[in-house]
Amino acid sequence: MQIYLPIAEVSVNAFLLLGLGGLVGLLSGMFGVGGGFLITPLLFFIGIPPTVAVATGANQIVASSFSAVLAHLKRKTVDLRMGSVLLAGGLVGAAAGIALFNYLKTLGQVDLLVTLFYVVFLGIVGALMAVESLRALRRVRGAKGPVRKRKQRNWVHTWPLKVKFRTSGLYISAIPVLMVGASVGVLAAIMGVGGGFIMVPAMIYILGMPTKVVVGTSLFQIIFVTSFTTIMHATTNYAVDMALAVLLIIGGVIGAQFGTMIGYKLRAEQLRLLLALIVLGVCIKLGLELVLQPSELYSIAERGQG
Amino acid sequence: MRARGIVLLLALCMLPFRLMAQEVVADLSQYRVSIDARFDGSQILIFGAIKRDGSPEAAEPVDVVITVAGPPELITVRRKERVAGIWINTRSVDMTRVPSFYKIATSGPLPLIVSDETDREYRISIPRAVQAEGSGADYDGVFPEALIRIRSNNGLYALRENAVRLRSDTLFRAEIGLPANLVEGDYTTRIFLMREGELIARYETQIGVRKVGLERFLYTLAHEQALIYALVSLIIAIFAGWSASALFRYVRG
Repeated sequence: MQIYLPIAEVSVNAFLLLGLGGLVGLLSGMFGVGGGFLITPLLFFIGIPPTVAVATGANQIVASSFSAVLAHLKRKTVDLRMGSVLLAGGLVGAAAGIALFNYLKTLGQVDLLVTLFYVVFLGIVGALMAVESLRALRRVRGAKGPVRKRKQRNWVHTWPLKVKFRTSGLYISAIPVLMVGASVGVLAAIMGVGGGFIMVPAMIYILGMPTKVVVGTSLFQIIFVTSFTTIMHATTNYAVDMALAVLLIIGGVIGAQFGTMIGYKLRAEQLRLLLALIVLGVCIKLGLELVLQPSELYSIAERGQG
Repeated sequence: MRARGIVLLLALCMLPFRLMAQEVVADLSQYRVSIDARFDGSQILIFGAIKRDGSPEAAEPVDVVITVAGPPELITVRRKERVAGIWINTRSVDMTRVPSFYKIATSGPLPLIVSDETDREYRISIPRAVQAEGSGADYDGVFPEALIRIRSNNGLYALRENAVRLRSDTLFRAEIGLPANLVEGDYTTRIFLMREGELIARYETQIGVRKVGLERFLYTLAHEQALIYALVSLIIAIFAGWSASALFRYVRG
């Protein structure tokens, strides 16, 4: 069944969109990630204009994160104070990201910027995750070798403006928290992602937060930052396609529930390795597009009537 | 005296009135195309007849050219080049008044039917139709060529020779396909009646392509009430997220 999308102005198969949403929802349920880093490139691939894909991707993440954060709030695994500081940084970062996005759009370099961001960040995160999960798998199998203890004090403890984060059990400077929030905000605006795949490692390794509150707190921040980017993209670019978002969301929320069930059945290390491979796969695919000669060197950008 | 008068009258008929010896009478299967959620392209049937007076030159065979042009756009064509190992957009050309859609159907080979002067004056062929005023010499031809190539591959530009069927040199009909990736606006439909490369009559009308129903509503809301549209999108997203988790909790007991 073909459906004409009012903002994207293309006709696509509705079941294809439901399926895409479902597939990404399945992965996000399995791995606890928002899935924005997969949905946006997949939308490019089926011919949705990049600006619409990024803006609508942000809207879709609000839906998938909201159902997940409810569960975390119930289990009290959300550090609201930490989340609020991250959010304050995030909003500043997102505003800067939107400004950069719109500026590069006028230069015709926005596709390059988005692709470069994807290649760099997916590459780094995928590689780190793959190495770490392989090491963890070997450790489980060998059941020996010392478990490295995380450094208790690093530079985040020495900076001024210290704040007590009770749920996380931390007393650290607010500056690195704001910085993490801001960089994720920039990513959210430019890549159309929640940024969980960057924020979760940053919270563990830079801020030293306990693992059990990391996912809930990052989701809390993601909901507000992606809501903000949705509003910004809708009011400055008119690029949020509600029909597209609804189809992706329906597929996504159903897929996420099944993904959670599958996720329970797999071991955490295997799950992380699998996610790392998917992330690296998307990274390599996008990287090749930059490096290999495209079949069509020219592109057309419509700039309005006249 | 009388004979001179007749000769004069004939001479007058030969010169300016020669153009009036034929007339195009045409109609379309539809003057409005509605884009709704189920829109998946459309076919427009263009048909008509050639009305002749009794003069002998009117009886000579004619050719028919039909063009349908979408609303003019301001576009930028960009070219990728390899810089430091990656392919990025480097050169670009702005083009004005480029039709978003352009299809031609003819009753024979276009170069034989339409003379170069007529083509230049009425911008009938695709390269002439996309050529903006005054910009012809400013840039090399590769950018317009690329534009035509990309849009032809997307089904937006096409030349279909012999797609106009002529019966007894009087009745003609042609179908023009409108693809699913259509933009809104007025589509100018022109019918040219040609003889040996020269224009002898023409007819012009508009097809209105409009979004309707939900598509119209969402598009207008998104552009005119952007903030409300954004908030509605968010409420839908939050409600969907909440209801899905509530539903599955209920299903699992």
